[in-house]
Amino acid sequence: MALDTDTVKRIARLARIHVDEADLAPLADELNNILGWVEQLDEVDTDGAEPMTSVAEMVQRLRVDAVTDGDVRDRVLANAPMEADGFFVVPKVIE
Amino acid sequence: MAALTDLTIAQAGAGLDKGEFTARELTDAYLTAMEAARSLNAYIEETPERAQTMADASDARRAAGNAAGALDGIPLAIKDLFCTEGALSTAGSHILDGFRPTYESTVTQNLWDSGAVMLGKVNMDEFAMGSANITSHYGPTLNPWKASSGDNAGKDLVPGGSSGGSAAAVAARIAAGATGTDTGGSIRQPGAFCGIVGLKPTYGRCSRWGVIAFASSLDQAGPLARTVEDSALMLEAMASFDPKDSTSVDLPVPSYAAALTGDIRGLRVGVPAEYRMDGTPPEIEALWQKGVDWLRDAGAEIVDISLPHTKYALPAYYIVAPAEASSNLARYDGMRFGLRVDGEDLTETYERTRAEGFGHEVKRRVMIGTYVLSAGYYDAYYLKAQRVRTRIADDFRAAWDSCDVVLTPTTPSSAFTLGEKQDDPIAMYLNDIFTVPASMAGLPAISVPAGLSDVGLPLGLHLIAPAFGEETLLRAAGVLESAAGFTAQP
Amino acid sequence: MTETTDTQTEEIPDHLVAHFTSRIGHNSADLIEGETGPWEVIIGLEVHAQVMSDSKLFSGAPTGFGGDPNTHVSLVDAAMPGMLPVLNDMAIRQAVRTGLGLEAQINLRSVFDRKNYFYPDLPQGYQISQFSDPIVGEGRVTVDMEEGESFEVGVVRIHLEQDAGKSIHDRIPNQTCIDLNRSGVALMEIVSKPDIRSGAEAAAYFAKLRSILRYLGTCDGNMQEGSLRADVNVSVRRPGEELGTRCEIKNVNSIRFVREAVDYEARRQIEILEEGGEIDQETRLFDPDRGETRSMRSKEEAHDYRYFPDPDLLPVVIDQAYVDEIKASLPELPDIKAARFVRDFGLSEYDAGVLVAERETAEFYEAVVDADGASRDPKIAANWITGDFFRRLNADDLEIADSPVSGAQLGGLIDLIADGTISGKIAKDVFDEMFDSGKDAGAIVEEKGLKQISDSGEISAIIDQIIADNPEQADQYRQGNTKVAGWFTGQAMKATQGKANPQMVNELLQEKLGG
Ligand SMILES: [Mg+2]
Ligand SMILES: [Zn+2]
Repeated sequence: MALDTDTVKRIARLARIHVDEADLAPLADELNNILGWVEQLDEVDTDGAEPMTSVAEMVQRLRVDAVTDGDVRDRVLANAPMEADGFFVVPKVIE
Repeated sequence: MAALTDLTIAQAGAGLDKGEFTARELTDAYLTAMEAARSLNAYIEETPERAQTMADASDARRAAGNAAGALDGIPLAIKDLFCTEGALSTAGSHILDGFRPTYESTVTQNLWDSGAVMLGKVNMDEFAMGSANITSHYGPTLNPWKASSGDNAGKDLVPGGSSGGSAAAVAARIAAGATGTDTGGSIRQPGAFCGIVGLKPTYGRCSRWGVIAFASSLDQAGPLARTVEDSALMLEAMASFDPKDSTSVDLPVPSYAAALTGDIRGLRVGVPAEYRMDGTPPEIEALWQKGVDWLRDAGAEIVDISLPHTKYALPAYYIVAPAEASSNLARYDGMRFGLRVDGEDLTETYERTRAEGFGHEVKRRVMIGTYVLSAGYYDAYYLKAQRVRTRIADDFRAAWDSCDVVLTPTTPSSAFTLGEKQDDPIAMYLNDIFTVPASMAGLPAISVPAGLSDVGLPLGLHLIAPAFGEETLLRAAGVLESAAGFTAQP
Repeated sequence: MTETTDTQTEEIPDHLVAHFTSRIGHNSADLIEGETGPWEVIIGLEVHAQVMSDSKLFSGAPTGFGGDPNTHVSLVDAAMPGMLPVLNDMAIRQAVRTGLGLEAQINLRSVFDRKNYFYPDLPQGYQISQFSDPIVGEGRVTVDMEEGESFEVGVVRIHLEQDAGKSIHDRIPNQTCIDLNRSGVALMEIVSKPDIRSGAEAAAYFAKLRSILRYLGTCDGNMQEGSLRADVNVSVRRPGEELGTRCEIKNVNSIRFVREAVDYEARRQIEILEEGGEIDQETRLFDPDRGETRSMRSKEEAHDYRYFPDPDLLPVVIDQAYVDEIKASLPELPDIKAARFVRDFGLSEYDAGVLVAERETAEFYEAVVDADGASRDPKIAANWITGDFFRRLNADDLEIADSPVSGAQLGGLIDLIADGTISGKIAKDVFDEMFDSGKDAGAIVEEKGLKQISDSGEISAIIDQIIADNPEQADQYRQGNTKVAGWFTGQAMKATQGKANPQMVNELLQEKLGG
């Protein structure tokens, strides 16, 4: 399953990481190198093995429904690159 | 009397209790040492004023007879992955430029509640992705050790990673102990490279709340310290059940230091055949054998065991961890905190911010993670890796029938030079070949400095225990430590 | 100022959405006659219902509507580094309750997944949702249409997920303002099978779902505040043929708009197909001002959400006892209630349907019928509610909850009619007076002296006087001009300001003039 530059481009787009056109091919090589190496997993017989999602052998704890937080706007906005009137301000979203 | 900075946490605590020196004096000694050792680039941000204020408060508590415990007045370094209120918390990344959290991680809060003193935030591989502390936006941290002979004699060496700043600081006596985090070996491998003890607790033992996430199902905080006893003291303070972390386990925290009885008679020590890998240097094999002998001499029973999926742990890790990271790192988008690089429009702002904000290794892993989760590849990569992970956990489960701890080397080599393995990610990943299986199974594991390599660099031995078997793990580690009698210093 | 919420497309892959319709047959009246023959419209709804809870799905921040921007936001909701989700028990409870109300399968084990995409109103860069293992499986909703017909809509699943924040455009030039107050509020997504065949049916299903949710108390159904909104999937086909390509109309937030959106969209698709064109699978928005749907521009790239189980959370496991406890606390739902009204109160199915449609109406009706242990004529009570009571609510633009007249008060008025204290006609005036003042019927009757005159002596005297004053009319009456009878009654009522018992007036007139 070798990655071509178009796929790398698509992945970069999905990950919202800009990659210069000239860097696509070397990046594809790097990623293929790693993916080729991980493909040794195909050797493992995983029939009947459930995919692990957590090593903690527990179930979800549930929180009591109570308002214990919020109303901390200053703390929420403290590190904002841009804010106005209590809002985060971001580049215009085009619908 | 030895320099204050040479004291272990336990010794320093005793000195404070006896009034031989104050926490302020101890802290000032560290602050002075930190200044002198800045060339190591261990600290991203030093917090001397905070340290002195905390030290004074500690002295006041002690004077009033209210000392909080073994860590009261002990100066510590905090890995930059922990969010610390008002202090820079960047995960070693450009994308968190200037980020000062308005909150304190549970683990660091636990430490402060125990009276510990914060010296500053220490360097690390960016977002904990690396094994050499060379991916930090703040530049590499140097290992205080240098080879005494061989081709690399005198050259700058890496401290290991990702908790490289933590390990270097503790080894260089510019922190009495440090917090680290371990996702695939990030506490144990730098611990081994710097000749100190690195302990990764059971997944769920230390809260992840306020720790910047790399791979949520693997990340675990733990201590780096100069002795097993210090590690026990630190873990006892760091660990807690935290309702704010759904994966935190609701079990009481035992007195880990009390577990260091030195008595391992009858303890069954498993030696896994699959860890004898081709290309492992003879000095590593030899040290491993020494470890076996030391434990046997102390009364342990040595058992040959098999962990058949060992070799697949690393490739499976390099699917699972990047997959989780690709999602965990999506919040670094330039919208609410950290770096924003303006583009022509929103999408370009995202793409420029993340392209400039993340370093190469982080981008590579985010891309891999995005790919293995994407439509059409999820089953072949991600699900497959998670099934392999189940097999790895099953291997250990089976092993616990015949042994109580597992002994292996920590790393396949001693510290390497800055610049080595930089261009070969897989060569770099192989650093964690011995540490990753325990991470994948969520098990507690510890690296203990056990000897010097042919060129005079520290090497570690690695013990793994069943989940929540920290007491057994520490007891065995303590015996290993005594037998090895490792006293060398950088 | 334009405001949008959660504009991402939801694409649950086909294998997880039973898109095989469970509906057998169709009402031929619902077929749309095109230029080239009849078309069938196939509709499925994905309804997002805000869970009624005090705090958010994964944080302790409040859920209340409104509030200054970013004041209902915790560090978790803003996805600050190192923050972790902790699941709200109420969200699970409410989803189970909703599932039980829709006669659905409750999954004792469910999993939260991450749905990854970038959007400024989505702080984590992923939405925590349920993908392959939702908390509720298949269920159904019976929908009644006005003509007394009913049909069933299959529910594919209900899953829990986080709401997104709000993007406010045009407040600052060339910038978008982000308010995260809604970020992380618990939503139930209720996915129907494509069992719906017309705009009217879609609207009726949406209304019925809203009614059930409000009976259950799991969603307040407030569409203005965005508590309930529908993504409407529409496709058309020739009757009996395979399903056509569907378009999804996002975030439709009123029952009427659902109908209008479907009607427009169906016609649009038929027009394209009849001209030999093809339908693009796309996401569209309904513009209520123009009554049309239009393509959303931001669809140039295919989405790939990279769902995977959220490693910050563990599988949710509940036991049957938990489910049974919730089941035992379910209220009587509208279908059962309507059947009871028909059976026990002798109401028509139509009246029963009207009275149970809103939980508040049904509660009001039941209060009128038996408040204070009274037992009033259920049909008369129904007539009062569907008649004068609704008339006044509409005229004054009030919700039942804001009615100045309580059920018990209306019951009191009906009692005064029943025991002959006032006439039905006077009662209407008394009711309006009650509505204006909030006073009890008895007090108004007392104050204004509206008691009906049922004293035959008094009425007899009045009639004698009218006959004496109008001999000509009396003669006409005796000669058989029955029209004059009505005139005499009117005079008698006028003389008593309407208080005379009309039946008694008629009897006495007949006695005195007819003999
Ligand atoms: Mg949907
Ligand atoms: Zn949804």
